[in-house]
Amino acid sequence: MINVKDLTKRYARTVAVDGISFDVGKGQIVGFLGPNGAGKTTTMRILTCFLPPSDGTVTVAGFDVLEQPLEVKKRIGYLPETPPIYQEMETDEYLRFVGQLKGLTGAELERRINYVSERCSISDVRKKLLGKLSKGYRQRVGLAQAIIHNPDVLILDEPTAGLDPKQINETRDLIRSLAGDHTIILSTHILPEVEQTCEQVVIINKGRLVATDSVRNLQARARGAESVVLEVAGRDTALDVGKVQQRLQQIAGVGGVVLRNQFDSHAVFEIEGQKGALVRGDLARAVVESGWDLNELRPAAMSLEEVFLQLTGSEAQAQAAGAEGVPA
Amino acid sequence: MRNAWIICRKELSSYFVSPVAYFLLTMFAVVFGFFFWTALGYFANASLQMQMSGQTFPLNLNEQLIRPLLQNVSVISLFLIPMITMRLFAEEKRTGTIELLATSPVRDLEIIIGKWLAAMMLYACLLIFTALNFAFLFKYGNPDWKPLLVAYLGLLLQAGALLAIGTFISTLTKNQIIAGAATFGVALLMFVLGWVGEYESSTWARVLSYLSINAHLESFSRGVLNSKDAVFYISMIFFGLFLTARSLESLRWRS
Ligand SMILES: Nc1ncnc2c1ncn2[C@@H]1O[C@H](COP(=O)(O)OP(=O)(O)O)[C@@H](O)[C@H]1O
Ligand SMILES: [Mg+2]
Repeated sequence: MINVKDLTKRYARTVAVDGISFDVGKGQIVGFLGPNGAGKTTTMRILTCFLPPSDGTVTVAGFDVLEQPLEVKKRIGYLPETPPIYQEMETDEYLRFVGQLKGLTGAELERRINYVSERCSISDVRKKLLGKLSKGYRQRVGLAQAIIHNPDVLILDEPTAGLDPKQINETRDLIRSLAGDHTIILSTHILPEVEQTCEQVVIINKGRLVATDSVRNLQARARGAESVVLEVAGRDTALDVGKVQQRLQQIAGVGGVVLRNQFDSHAVFEIEGQKGALVRGDLARAVVESGWDLNELRPAAMSLEEVFLQLTGSEAQAQAAGAEGVPA
Repeated sequence: MRNAWIICRKELSSYFVSPVAYFLLTMFAVVFGFFFWTALGYFANASLQMQMSGQTFPLNLNEQLIRPLLQNVSVISLFLIPMITMRLFAEEKRTGTIELLATSPVRDLEIIIGKWLAAMMLYACLLIFTALNFAFLFKYGNPDWKPLLVAYLGLLLQAGALLAIGTFISTLTKNQIIAGAATFGVALLMFVLGWVGEYESSTWARVLSYLSINAHLESFSRGVLNSKDAVFYISMIFFGLFLTARSLESLRWRS
């Protein structure tokens, strides 16, 4: 549905987007992830024909953004970082205006206004001035205008920025429910958002593509060897942490044991397993047989957050991390 | 052009839901009303004196009342036109709604024409106020309506040119006030350019006074439809709208 090839965008002084390529298939919901200033907004503005690319080609539904911008625009619904609303308009009036701009008329226009109001839960503010609406409602009106002409592609720039947690959840649910009908690209600098909402993720940093994959693969890829978090407590006595560590180290398949947290009566360890060799049952048995209590035992799934830091961490950081492993 | 009309309607309604339109209408009505009734008083006085001194030379309503009054209208417009155009693009840039317009399947030209047309219509509403005053003259006097119509056409064309320039200036900034002030400056300059020609006759001076936005109103206000003057205004309109289009385009390539 969307093809981006070697896309570069130079501003007067900065290179905002530097040779990125990715594809988005029909019906996919893709997270566009990167820290502030990564070039997300710039890329989205190019996809929506608001800005021209400096280099590279971008096609949406087979139409080039430079050669046939009108065809591209017809097929795209766009919610910019700040919802593009006119404060002095009523919700209905605004949706009607946008609908007309997108080429809707007559009964079809009214039908779509009713439909998107329902869908985005803004039916109760249809006669209110947009300037008087709360941030959450404005965002939903923004979404409503983006889908009013039932576009093939939806482009949402940080759709949950500035909302409170309840509104964030509502907005995410809404976006997920839209996924069936539209191809969606949403940008965010918040990782859980991608984990919760998207199937695919495109990670960029400083204008460069860092990774593009499915969310699940990325998590797995960064996890590498299995690791486990283990909480051990002493029975009626203080825990001898050194002894526990020693005991754990002896178990077959354990690569390294790191003390994460220590309290009087209990301690938390992270255990790095050798790939495929670590058996959690062995850990549990060893702890119990040595006369300690096993409080918790769980896999330490790496969150996308850690994946992200790992992938976007600058080379300097990577080297620093590498140096730690070398004994001084 | 359906799209231009959609934009135009939206602009008009935003003029009329905000206080802008009412403020301009009131100001125009008050200032012009003041000019009108003092001029009328003066005129009545003069014709009375002439009759008493036995002169039979008739005073002409068109020449001696209507024409100077319409000249006044173009001076008042100088102040009002920046207020009409200043928000057209500056406000869309400030609030980010320009992203909505620019990513909708609408051509730049349609956006520009829609906005300019809305400005023209608001200005035409202002002119209708002056026409109401003149209606009074038709009731009690016997002015000629054809030259009056030509004069109004001239005013509309002159405003069209200034509105087009104001529209262009509004694309250059996010700040309405700056757009308004700059438009006023440029309009004032174009208004007084003609003064150079009054004491100079070099080519330069003639070029400058040709560019004067006011010199070309002269023929219209006499009730003469001079095609050269009409062409001047129409080309100024095209020029202003052309600059607007270029500015919108370069906005994208630059930023
Ligand atoms: N209009 C602009 N003019 C010049 N530089 C810009 C402009 N917009 C963005 N940039 C720069 O481009 C880079 C990417 O910005 P942006 O695409 O907004 O990032 P993001 O949306 O990921 O936070 C930033 O360094 C930013 O300063
Ligand atoms: Mg951004």
